[in-house]
Amino acid sequence: MSSVWILIAALALATAALKVAGPLTLGGRPLPRRALDVVELLASALLAALVVVETFGKGGSLTLDARVFGAAFAAVAVWRRAPMIVVVLGAAAVTAAARLVS
Amino acid sequence: MVDSAAERRRAGIRRGLPFGIAVFAISVSFGVLARPLMGPVAPIVMSIFVFSGAAQFGALAVLLAGGSTAAAIAAGVLLNARYLAMGLALAPSLRGRALSRAAFALPMVDASWASASRGDGTFDPWYLVGVSIPQYVGWVLGTVVGVLIGPRLGDPNALGLDALFPAFFIALLFEEARGRRRIVAAGGGAGIALVLTPVVPAGLPILAAAAAAVAVARRRS
Repeated sequence: MSSVWILIAALALATAALKVAGPLTLGGRPLPRRALDVVELLASALLAALVVVETFGKGGSLTLDARVFGAAFAAVAVWRRAPMIVVVLGAAAVTAAARLVS
Repeated sequence: MVDSAAERRRAGIRRGLPFGIAVFAISVSFGVLARPLMGPVAPIVMSIFVFSGAAQFGALAVLLAGGSTAAAIAAGVLLNARYLAMGLALAPSLRGRALSRAAFALPMVDASWASASRGDGTFDPWYLVGVSIPQYVGWVLGTVVGVLIGPRLGDPNALGLDALFPAFFIALLFEEARGRRRIVAAGGGAGIALVLTPVVPAGLPILAAAAAAVAVARRRS
């Protein structure tokens, strides 16, 4: 049980440290243009990686399962400008339905 | 004329409400999935103090796969390493004492950071805080609900709850990847994750995707 609390404390402190490191060391000074160029693109690259890992990743390997149908639904729903709640709950429903059928 | 801090925060809260509802749904699934492993209290404490979907789900996945506590911590930290870059990007837009700058950086999450970006490399700090508020409330309340209803639900995968997370990230990605350079960076990041996921430990493929952003940024200059 105590290992869970170590995990929580470590992640809470590390996350806070990562968030405040930039503002505390660099407050007020502008980033070099080249660094800003990278940073502007970081979220896109990392979010795309998260989509891949959360859709196809399973315990350190890639797999095709019912999540693919949910993710496909989410992509179409977002593209059709559906509200976020429709996107996420619809994806869950589609995935559940695909598992029922298979 | 520049809107007051309170107005920009309120505008941010309005912008963050749909995110908050989505985050609520996702954190219900976190509570459901975490309870059998962590008990009823720890998942709620985790959501209050960590407040990070990627890190919490990542760490939980490692533990559920039989990984050690250290591996789960490493996965969570790697998944959140992006906050270092996001904080660096945010830093020039923050004024005031160290404590005040830290206070603006702490509530930062992906959706609020992306929403508060003015598109020219600067950020609206009060708008960022506003967008984060509904997400924080949704995240903590959802975890409480998930922990409470989890034992009555049965198999979370049968309900498709594991698909909530890719759906959430797809929604964030569509919001963020506007313009050709960002789309190319997203494609590169996805490719890196696809290639590395079977090869390196969990969390690392996401960190490595940052290389795509560096490559695309370098190509122009």
